[in-house]
Amino acid sequence: MSYLNYHVAQVPSGWRKILHLNWPLVFLVTAVSCIGFLMLYSVSGGDIDRWAMPQMERFAAGMVLMFALAFVPIWFWRSISVISYVICVLLLVLVEIMGDIGMGAQRWLVLGPIRIQPSELTKIAFVMTLAAYYDWLPVEKVSRPFWVLIPVLLILLPTGLVLMQPDLGTSIMLIAGGGIVMFAAGVSLWYFAAVIAIVVASVTAVMESRGTDWQLLHDYQFKRIDTFLDPSSDPLGAGYNIAQAQIALGSGGWSGRGFMQGTQSRLNFLPEKHTDFIFTSLAEEFGFVGAGSLLALYVLILGFCLHSALTNRDRFASLLTIGIAGTFFLYFSINMATVMGMLPAKGSPLPLVSYGGTSLMILLMGFGILQSAHVHRPRG
Amino acid sequence: MRKSDREIVESSRSITRRVLMLGVIQAAVVSVLGLKLRSMQIEHADEYRMLSDGNSIKIRLLPPARGLILDRHGTIIAGNEQNYRVTLTREEAGDVSAVIARLRRIIPMTDRQAAEILEEIRKRSAVTPVMVADRLSWSEFSSIALNAPALPGVTPESGLSRSYPRGGDFSHVLGYVGPVSDYDLSKIENPDPVLRLPEFQLGKVGMEAKLEEALRGKAGARRVEVNSAGREMRELSRQEGQQGATVQTTLDAGLQNFATQRLGEESAAAVVIDVTNGDIVAISSSPVFDPNKFVRGISGPDYRMLMNHDHRPLADKTVQGAYPPGSTFKMVTLLAGLESGVINPGSRFFCPGSLQVAGRKFHCWSRGGHGMVDAVQSLERSCDVYYYELAQRVGIDRIAAMARKLGIGVKHDLPMSAITEGIAPDRAWKRERYGQEWQVGDSINASIGQGYVLASPLQLAVMTARVATGRAVSPRLVKAIDGVPEPVPEWPELGINPLHLRTARGGMDAVMNSSHGTARRARIIAPEWQMAGKTGTSQVRNITAAERARGVISNDQLPWNRRDHALFVCFAPFDMPRYAVSVVVEHGGGGGAVAGPIARDILLYALAGGLPPISAYPDDGTRAKVQEMWSKMNLAPSARPAETRAKA
Repeated sequence: MSYLNYHVAQVPSGWRKILHLNWPLVFLVTAVSCIGFLMLYSVSGGDIDRWAMPQMERFAAGMVLMFALAFVPIWFWRSISVISYVICVLLLVLVEIMGDIGMGAQRWLVLGPIRIQPSELTKIAFVMTLAAYYDWLPVEKVSRPFWVLIPVLLILLPTGLVLMQPDLGTSIMLIAGGGIVMFAAGVSLWYFAAVIAIVVASVTAVMESRGTDWQLLHDYQFKRIDTFLDPSSDPLGAGYNIAQAQIALGSGGWSGRGFMQGTQSRLNFLPEKHTDFIFTSLAEEFGFVGAGSLLALYVLILGFCLHSALTNRDRFASLLTIGIAGTFFLYFSINMATVMGMLPAKGSPLPLVSYGGTSLMILLMGFGILQSAHVHRPRG
Repeated sequence: MRKSDREIVESSRSITRRVLMLGVIQAAVVSVLGLKLRSMQIEHADEYRMLSDGNSIKIRLLPPARGLILDRHGTIIAGNEQNYRVTLTREEAGDVSAVIARLRRIIPMTDRQAAEILEEIRKRSAVTPVMVADRLSWSEFSSIALNAPALPGVTPESGLSRSYPRGGDFSHVLGYVGPVSDYDLSKIENPDPVLRLPEFQLGKVGMEAKLEEALRGKAGARRVEVNSAGREMRELSRQEGQQGATVQTTLDAGLQNFATQRLGEESAAAVVIDVTNGDIVAISSSPVFDPNKFVRGISGPDYRMLMNHDHRPLADKTVQGAYPPGSTFKMVTLLAGLESGVINPGSRFFCPGSLQVAGRKFHCWSRGGHGMVDAVQSLERSCDVYYYELAQRVGIDRIAAMARKLGIGVKHDLPMSAITEGIAPDRAWKRERYGQEWQVGDSINASIGQGYVLASPLQLAVMTARVATGRAVSPRLVKAIDGVPEPVPEWPELGINPLHLRTARGGMDAVMNSSHGTARRARIIAPEWQMAGKTGTSQVRNITAAERARGVISNDQLPWNRRDHALFVCFAPFDMPRYAVSVVVEHGGGGGAVAGPIARDILLYALAGGLPPISAYPDDGTRAKVQEMWSKMNLAPSARPAETRAKA
């Protein structure tokens, strides 16, 4: 594979690339992040140094990274995709062996001053690999069983490793993210139907396994499922978070209680109000207007990404864009569904808004690569 | 390998198709999210708002029971008692005045009190319980409980309150607790939330204050569901608090009681130290006050009476009072002289009754003089001129160093309030304090414990214990916390020549037991309890030359507050010292006549572990007086009682 089919002559070069960035996307990402700063300031009770300032610093660093990545030619990403995939898998193995135990799950890898969460890195790397795979694979072979099996294995390998950490949330996101790329690449719909059938069957099996010797999930995960199904069953224990989050969210009403006026957040009824449950604070303080606006911003980001994918005639770039946008979509929809009580609580951040370095960095990296795909799209 | 145009077109077309499908799916998901958001925030907003406003789960603190304070034998000297009280809640009472009127048939209440309570209830929110009466008797309490149907909104409650079963005996050393004031809170950084409970009690002074942290315990908590008005709907969970630590003191309740009664109405202090380990077995300051009054909230007149009393009952004279030690300081001067090598035990000075130094005449208490006096005799007869001579040769700095070595002019670390350091003056001290040079006259005054020298009764007892043992015995008050004994250090040697110590002790023995001893009348004749001591009479005024010419007025003719302080220090048994005692009677007169017998009686009680056999007293009329005194005393039952069961 060479980069000849990119019509290099027509791709902007040097600083001119800056004119060809997907600027609406840059602004949208910045806008959402600003909402994040505002909310972090609010939930800290007006203590800017607590969460808002560190988050802003990371955002600044992340933006620099994003622009840097946007300037890297897209064919570079394609050529390193396999290597990055291998590295990620190795890191996942490493974290399994010597990872730091945090929050009941092995997720962090500490290398000197840097703390890496390989599972986050994997989200991008393996989307990239899948995109490269389908770019290489002749279109007519896409739905042949053998050629379907390969990407499935590519997805299952890191997923299995992440599941061992154990991090059910990320594993589901990896499968869904991979599925989106495969779906976009044109794999026959029958395969998806089959997978859905299998998932339904295995969920049944998992639920049946409870209490037996071959129990497939941790007790705390079962408990989360229980409280998801019936939050009122344990209003002070595991169901507390969800119940309080829903109260916060619902009590926001049309226009909310006002900036820094959310009683749920103020009185510490809300758990993890600066990370996974930050959407509830937003909804409480700015009401339907605020929460709906954030949702609209997310949809706009998604829309610009998909538009970029549609107008990109390079198969790799297009699939990669769809994969990254799909991951982003999964992030925010899972988080929102969780805090609204539609999915079991499983600890996923609200993209660009929740406090947390790794997630923010990975997202901005993803957007950087997405910009690279946009800048270097074939022209003429 | 370049892709063919056909391939690219086919790929784009396929992707476009699938992206559109994906878009539809994603749009569907987003719509579901949006609809859910709308349903929660718009359609059901009121319900959630109500849940939020009434939110919902509150933590109510359960005050912990305060730790008990015991004497060395396990007798409770500070405990907790049930306090029965009733509260009234307006919302439930309906007609408040009618309920109060009915309540007044059970609990006596003046019209004014009733009016105050009504006013208080009106001011508070309808759901806040207001205390109507507390410290009810059990019969009042139970009849209120019995009449509950006729008393809507009235809730009988019981809680714990501090009580001091020994009354005033330990009033100064233990101090007392009281309601937490805003001032208390302002002094504490990051106060424990339990302090904000209205009925909570905090150690205010004395050991109660100093050991507050250990005694307080840990609050428990109840999780209750409340409605938006803060009214409790139900209890969700309950975690009991943890009682504060039980503090066992070194004090002996029987001895403390005896010492307190022996001091009587005098403005006085007595300290008894077990010289073998430093345990303070009794530390009494009189007059005493009833700490229970402070716990309940002392009345204005009672408080004014305590404040205006010229004997200052609220002051703890044992550790806060700093007195010129008078002749009890002579052991210090003597040991400084012996240790510096200026004199030896056999050195003599001539006492003609006074000494002319630097143009000033310094008198001995004996106007006729003592003649030739050696070290032992100087203590026995308490010859002042001997010490004037000595002081000039030794110098103040060495005297001050010896004083500090023996515990005067240093602060002893005890869990008591406002412990004084006393003063062991030297040249540097005077320069710093007054900006003046030390004068030889200052040394002469200091040599007999007058002038700048100040010591507390505690320090005098420590000094005596150190002279008696030759070790750096330090006082201690806490024997064990929660059953864990506080370690007793091996007190280090003071590094004073044993011969010199024996000389000082010999002098103290002669004070009591030789025919010329100044405190012969206060001696013990039981050989196994042979006592050694030293008198002290310290002037609180200067005797002018004119006065002296006219003849010094005797103490009896002076107003009380201008009379001399009477001091006495002693230890026994002489051969194997066990207890050291110091007694200071403010404006009491002569040390040997007033303070000596008090110290002896307390010492004997300590040695005998109760009232001693009368045969320990000399058969010279003392026995009759002592027996008469005993009969007037109302001693607390049995000095070393069996283990009393702890009331929670």
